[in-house]
Amino acid sequence: MTATENPTGYKWIGTRPVRHDGYEKVVGKARFAADLDLTGQLYTAYVRSPHAHARVLSIDTAAAEAMPGVKAIVTGADFPDLDPLDPNYDVSINVMARGTALYHGHAIAAVAALTKAEARAAAAAVAVSYDVLPAVLTIDEAMAEGAPLANEENYQKFAPPGDPTNISTHTPLERGDAAEALAGADIVIEREFDAAHVHQGYIEPHACVVDAGLDGKANVWCSSQGHFMIRAVTAGILGRETSRIKVTPAEIGGGFGGKTTVYLEPVALLLSEKSGRPVKSVMTREEVLRATGPAPGCKMRVKIGATKDGELVALDAWMAYSLGAFGDFAGMVGAMSVASYKFPNLKLEAWGVLTNTPKTAAYRAPSAPHAAFAIESVIDEIAIELDMDPIDLRLKNAAVEGDLTAMGMPHPRIGFVECLEALKASPHYQSPVPEGASRGVAAGFWFNIGEQSSATVNLNEDGTATVLTGSPDIGGSRASMALMTAEELGIDVYAITPVVADTEAVGFTDVTEGSRATFATGKAVVEACRELIGELKIRAATIHGVEPDQVEWIDGAAHVEGKDPLSLAQITEQAKRTGGPLTATASLNAAGAGPSFAVHCADVTVDEETGQVTIIRYTAVQDAGTAIHPSYVEGQMQGGSVQGIGWALNEEYIYNADGVMQNAGFLDYRIPVASDIPMIETIIVEVPNPSHPYGVRGVGETGIVPPMGTLGNAIRRATGVRMTSMPMSPPKVLARLSENN
Amino acid sequence: MSRTHVSCNINGEDVEFLTADASSLLDALRNELGLIGAKEGCGTGDCGSCSVLLDGRLVCSCLVMAPEAEGRDVVTIEGLAEGDHLHPLQKTFLEGAALQCGICTPGFLLAAKALLDANPNPTETEIRYGLAGNLCRCTGYDKIVKAVQEASVELRGA
Amino acid sequence: MKYASPTTVDEARSLLADNPGSRVFAGATDLVPQMRSGRPEPSVLVDLKRIDRLMAVNHHDGRWVIGAATPTSTLTHNPEFVAMFPGIAEGAGLIGSDQIQNRSSLGGNLCNGSPAADSVPAMIASGARVVVASADGERTVPVADIVTGPGQTSLAAGEFLIEFEIDDAPAGTSDAYLRVTPRTEMDIAVVGAAARLTLDGDTITDACVVLGAVAPTTVRVPAAEAALVGSVLSDEVLETVAASASAAANPIDDKRGTVQYRTQVAGVLAKRAVALAAQRAGNGG
Repeated sequence: MTATENPTGYKWIGTRPVRHDGYEKVVGKARFAADLDLTGQLYTAYVRSPHAHARVLSIDTAAAEAMPGVKAIVTGADFPDLDPLDPNYDVSINVMARGTALYHGHAIAAVAALTKAEARAAAAAVAVSYDVLPAVLTIDEAMAEGAPLANEENYQKFAPPGDPTNISTHTPLERGDAAEALAGADIVIEREFDAAHVHQGYIEPHACVVDAGLDGKANVWCSSQGHFMIRAVTAGILGRETSRIKVTPAEIGGGFGGKTTVYLEPVALLLSEKSGRPVKSVMTREEVLRATGPAPGCKMRVKIGATKDGELVALDAWMAYSLGAFGDFAGMVGAMSVASYKFPNLKLEAWGVLTNTPKTAAYRAPSAPHAAFAIESVIDEIAIELDMDPIDLRLKNAAVEGDLTAMGMPHPRIGFVECLEALKASPHYQSPVPEGASRGVAAGFWFNIGEQSSATVNLNEDGTATVLTGSPDIGGSRASMALMTAEELGIDVYAITPVVADTEAVGFTDVTEGSRATFATGKAVVEACRELIGELKIRAATIHGVEPDQVEWIDGAAHVEGKDPLSLAQITEQAKRTGGPLTATASLNAAGAGPSFAVHCADVTVDEETGQVTIIRYTAVQDAGTAIHPSYVEGQMQGGSVQGIGWALNEEYIYNADGVMQNAGFLDYRIPVASDIPMIETIIVEVPNPSHPYGVRGVGETGIVPPMGTLGNAIRRATGVRMTSMPMSPPKVLARLSENN
Repeated sequence: MSRTHVSCNINGEDVEFLTADASSLLDALRNELGLIGAKEGCGTGDCGSCSVLLDGRLVCSCLVMAPEAEGRDVVTIEGLAEGDHLHPLQKTFLEGAALQCGICTPGFLLAAKALLDANPNPTETEIRYGLAGNLCRCTGYDKIVKAVQEASVELRGA
Repeated sequence: MKYASPTTVDEARSLLADNPGSRVFAGATDLVPQMRSGRPEPSVLVDLKRIDRLMAVNHHDGRWVIGAATPTSTLTHNPEFVAMFPGIAEGAGLIGSDQIQNRSSLGGNLCNGSPAADSVPAMIASGARVVVASADGERTVPVADIVTGPGQTSLAAGEFLIEFEIDDAPAGTSDAYLRVTPRTEMDIAVVGAAARLTLDGDTITDACVVLGAVAPTTVRVPAAEAALVGSVLSDEVLETVAASASAAANPIDDKRGTVQYRTQVAGVLAKRAVALAAQRAGNGG
């Protein structure tokens, strides 16, 4: 279902062709990272820290090196020492510990051997002695006065250098006078929230094959959200020239932000160099959970004041994110993500905090779900207290164009109000709440980003087109690129071959993050197409002997008054005699990624004797700007919703007192299964983004932001208890219900 | 390392291979036979990405020891289409955008085939429980369930 | 590691006797994850699935005989068995996904020794026995006597299970098994409860209540059984069942649940399982 504000008249945009890479994926031929093999390749196994924090006193590899099949072993000593200010410093230490293990599962050494079994046996024979250090596991522990340091080398990166600290970032944001506004408010609600670490849970474990030649050139095949990123970071960590590494993208089996960084490639490259053979490295699921980026956990205090008419007058929030043992921007981004409502008075204090847990990585709208859970829960309490419809309360306060974001910048044209109105008018919201169930509503948004993209469009001699981009296809982006090309050139979408090209075949393209592929890479594709159309007109003019400005490009053909139209195929056929091959390349640093808003609604039942929550109906509404391929827009909304549902209800990293994850497998790290979930009804709202030729806003991330608040609010309305701790798992729900009785 | 010679039928063809006794059927399919359609998502039977049919029954090939295949019939994703004709499930998955990254797709297709073979007209709930052994992290399952419903209609009508 | 697939009980017995460190398996649904998590590989892995007797399901002379390696899906797709023992079928049917069900077996589920094994409480409630192949023959023991603690059994080295025996349920008898898990499928019981009741009219004449996942082994709840026998099911009786079950629970905190949660929910599930079994028994068993 689509609620549209979009001018119609597109021929291809908004249609739903079968994706170009679909056939290979349904017959089992598509090659993901672990599906590539090179003759003579070795296999790897890692030695990982059994302690959450420990000094590595010695690593003795002699016995392991003597074992059958072992060809190479690397440790931290094999890596160059980077300057601590080098942007790759942290990730360099994350891929292989240097002297200190910073979390349970931190890589200490890696072995390459003829078989997996030999590699594993040799890894078990590497003797490591440790001096165990105190481990800092929670935000409270990390921020306590006199806390032990989670990482002795961490300095507050965004403040003047000083003593090492467990703080990575501290972001205070303020406008107006929140304290005064709260004092004058008719109603003030304050709650404290927390959330556990959760994992992106892509089904494909990290994997790569690396072949380093004696000429100093290395070939890397791997799956990632950006092969130019893999190239740059691998080169950076190893101190190599970027151009000496070629990265060829495999199909990517899910990323969700978790494959925007590097784990295996630099290690495999060193092993390949040492052994003189290709090296294939594949993580186990357990390694993925123990040693790759979860999303941060958090702790938050949120206080919101309102008038009795439901005008939100002030927000005062304290938010802390647990980042693992290395600093990043999560805290700051969390503060920035608090911008859905026109709070005239705002006081935010956000912290990024170090803990001896795995280095966190981006996960779909990073930092926003935590903040939205807290804020949308408190707003719901205000709606209940004021006896207002939760959509009406949000409509009254929803940010519109010109309202300020948390950072103080005015919002561009956004579709929050349109989303709220679409939900209000939806069949779901218009239907009575089923007996025994209750209904929750919550909203969320994500900025989206632009960044650098390149695209090359080659017209083939038969009138078809090949589109090369550097953005991995993580959820249907080849189809989007083909649709935009079809719309521009006016040829059939199946006459277009979209290709994810390697680092030597297309211009630099940033990692696929911030829902940017269809927006920014799409924009590059459109620019290249427009350049080609200019050239096609020149060629048509040459053929007809007229001036180029007498040629119009309409529906895939050059039109000149008084002449038969020349189709694209007729022009490419004559390319040799009209000036040679037709090809165009565009590169850009895209600005103006439009923020995308979403509003979700869920009907749930709660078994008050067991604490189990069952979702019986779910609707997701989201502003896509313009939906290029509506099926994949819906897919992003549905997938994001269900990831959010898993996060809200059952997913969590469970650590023991020593910082060892207790549930490092898909049996006990419980991502939703099909029978946990109802159909996810979708309503695509289209408020075009003025900064994109077709009005595209990124759609990949926003969908994960509202589910936590939506479900918390539904549970609150079902049971009377406000869940403030994620996941809202059966034991926690039952405990709250028991407290309440 | 002990090795066993295995004779079996894979996707309608008699096949022989030599496998380490400790190897899983998944590893044998991928490494000895070049059938890469079955994926290892977890190696513990919890994600279903390695699903194959063993004597017509849906199993996780990561939990089957390779020598167990002796004398058995194995169907992998590579054997789902008949010649040039995609199986109706493959068609409805493509047409209904029931895949995003595609890594779980082979497992889902085989699980859905096993489900429809046993129950040609399943309810939505039966489909959801029938596919509960297969994890998908991209789609939220919605379009997968709908694609199975569509294929069920097509198969019954055929 | 060597793989062997004997076709007779005797052959399997000899393989185990001749190879120290060998181990039997049926579906490998627990074995493979255990090996992956670093447990030592057996010297010989003895596949029991080519022995006909371990793969057979027979119903004759007033009893069911179920091969210990038979896939649980065979049992849960047997309408006659499901009608007579809906609770055992529920438990067996919850062991995992369809993929797992086509491999998992009653023998494996029992011998894995998990207190959370889904098929075990209802088998105990129905007085199931198991035939054990021992060094010098066969012995028959109650299912309840096999598991002695988490991952531990009373089986001697070289012993393995051949088949289960379950006597036909008497008239007016039925059973039920319920569990709580965070997900609807692909999960391990946080708490499980089985009940089997025999009714004469509205009066309960026989009762057995067994809990799973709330102690090192399954737990019978004699206090609940005593409250049930001789009474007509009422809210009051159900509350006694619940309280008795909670009192009988002796759980731990772990990644799957807390002491408080398991204790509380043991009562809830016992009560619900009893009510369901009673309803089924009242419908003719």
